[in-house]
Amino acid sequence: MNINIRTNGTNTEHPLEWPEGALTRVPYWIYQSPEIYAAEQRRVYQGPTWNYLCLEAEVAGPGDYRTTFVGSMPVVVARDFDDEIYAFENRCAHRGALIALDSGGKARDFTCVYHAWNYDLKGNLKAVAFEDGVAGRGGMAKTFCRSDHGPRKLRIAIFCGLVFGSLSDDVPPIEEYLGEEIAGKIRRVLHKPAVVTGRFTQTLPNNWKLYFENVKDTYHASLLHTFFTTFRINRLTQRGGLVISPNGGHHASFSFMDNTSTEHDYSAMGLRSEKEDFGLKDMSLLAGTDEFEDGCTLQILTVFPGFVLQQIQNALAIRQILPQGIEQTALNWTTIGFADDTPEMKTMRLKQGNLAGPAGYVSMEDGCVGGFVQRGIAAAGEERAVLEMGGAETVAEGTRATEASVRGFWKCYRAHMAI
Amino acid sequence: MASAITLERILALQAAYIRCIDNNELEAWPEFFLDRCLYKVTTAENHKNGFEAAIIYADSKGMLIDRIAALREANVYEKQSYRHILGLPNVVKNGGEEAESETPFLIARIMHDGQTDLFATGVYLDTYRAAGNDLKFAKRIVVCDSSRVDTLMALPL
Repeated sequence: MNINIRTNGTNTEHPLEWPEGALTRVPYWIYQSPEIYAAEQRRVYQGPTWNYLCLEAEVAGPGDYRTTFVGSMPVVVARDFDDEIYAFENRCAHRGALIALDSGGKARDFTCVYHAWNYDLKGNLKAVAFEDGVAGRGGMAKTFCRSDHGPRKLRIAIFCGLVFGSLSDDVPPIEEYLGEEIAGKIRRVLHKPAVVTGRFTQTLPNNWKLYFENVKDTYHASLLHTFFTTFRINRLTQRGGLVISPNGGHHASFSFMDNTSTEHDYSAMGLRSEKEDFGLKDMSLLAGTDEFEDGCTLQILTVFPGFVLQQIQNALAIRQILPQGIEQTALNWTTIGFADDTPEMKTMRLKQGNLAGPAGYVSMEDGCVGGFVQRGIAAAGEERAVLEMGGAETVAEGTRATEASVRGFWKCYRAHMAI
Repeated sequence: MASAITLERILALQAAYIRCIDNNELEAWPEFFLDRCLYKVTTAENHKNGFEAAIIYADSKGMLIDRIAALREANVYEKQSYRHILGLPNVVKNGGEEAESETPFLIARIMHDGQTDLFATGVYLDTYRAAGNDLKFAKRIVVCDSSRVDTLMALPL
């Protein structure tokens, strides 16, 4: 049934109503509509969700701060002198200018450069320049009360050294939000305090959802990323699995090295992934250790709406997915290690770092494939994607040849969006 | 005996290096490096903060050969090419058989559909070693000014 016919700004008329087919169909206007984008800011990012802000290690001492975003909302994260972490909107209560301009640093307080309104590290307005005027003239009205004015404050949750923020009072506690299985798989990797080894930003030419779906998409991994398959880092035939949170929004896919599985599945199908005689000159790239002592060589985990924890052998990273407009997404990579890494372990992480990131052997394609979709659907706002691999459900199965976790994303997303 | 490293030899190496990449002769690219070498692409912010992680990290010529093999055989990306424009190398140290320089660069990326963008600017921090008539990179740290990479970094800088 078509109601509420509106234009989406790309000159195609479409009904903003989900098509029949439950979770197995995704209408392309969802990646194109300014109305959807605006609703996402309110309902998803500023709604009852936990948004990854930074690592606790990045605001380690009193006065340390980082600036980041929750959706399109700029945010300051700071550790105050009471040793607690606070986060607030990076927007002066006066005229709306950014309060902190740098990506991070050390501060005792923040002063907006525009009219010098001053804030403490909790985001409280502490001083207004010329509040009492000059020589008895001007100044703020007598009724002005500083405590009535200030940027919006976020609730903070810290889990395994990850700092999450939420504008919502209704969001469940972080462990409940994550669920037992996902929480356990985060604990598995971040079992001790992480240290930052680098930061990179990749600008993706596509809607943020296309990247988040891509990370959750266990079906594509071995087909698009031929480096993976050639070197047997990940094959659908390998022993592994998938867990999806009950709300569908979070997932973890994982695999174990298994040299006993049959090698014929790909070649028999004649898929592009299988390349013969393709060997590495320097195998040290793939030299790794079983640092978590469970044989799991790959774990990719997502938390709705924009957090990824990556373990590709010993290459560990956090990816923060931030929308920067309908057709642009910032992918912020924070590569991590641990304080007690030996020099050998550091070198391994550096070398395996080649697998991921903007030039990553197994993630390079993810940077461009979302753009291929965004360009491909340019005239197809009323058409829809098909998500039927592995059925129509959002429950994890014993295989990764499924789109269950992508359907899970839509289940969670649509619940938040009421769409 | 190795001959002295001169500015002329440095300039010739720099010019040949960017010509190799810009002309899509990537199979020859690893030959600009010693067998034991360090090639690293990072950002000014990471470099300043002492963060070790890199966008590309290779500590042997073998790893450079592997990167080209991956680009040719495994990785998926749209056809593209670079145009490097170099500034003048500032030779910061020259010990005769080993020298160091800093060379600013500007790289435009030309996509197959003609779209041309400024892809990266930065500085090459180089260590050269002379072996007979050959001058090679012992170390090439590519420090990009920006922390942002548009879409992906396929070809080496």
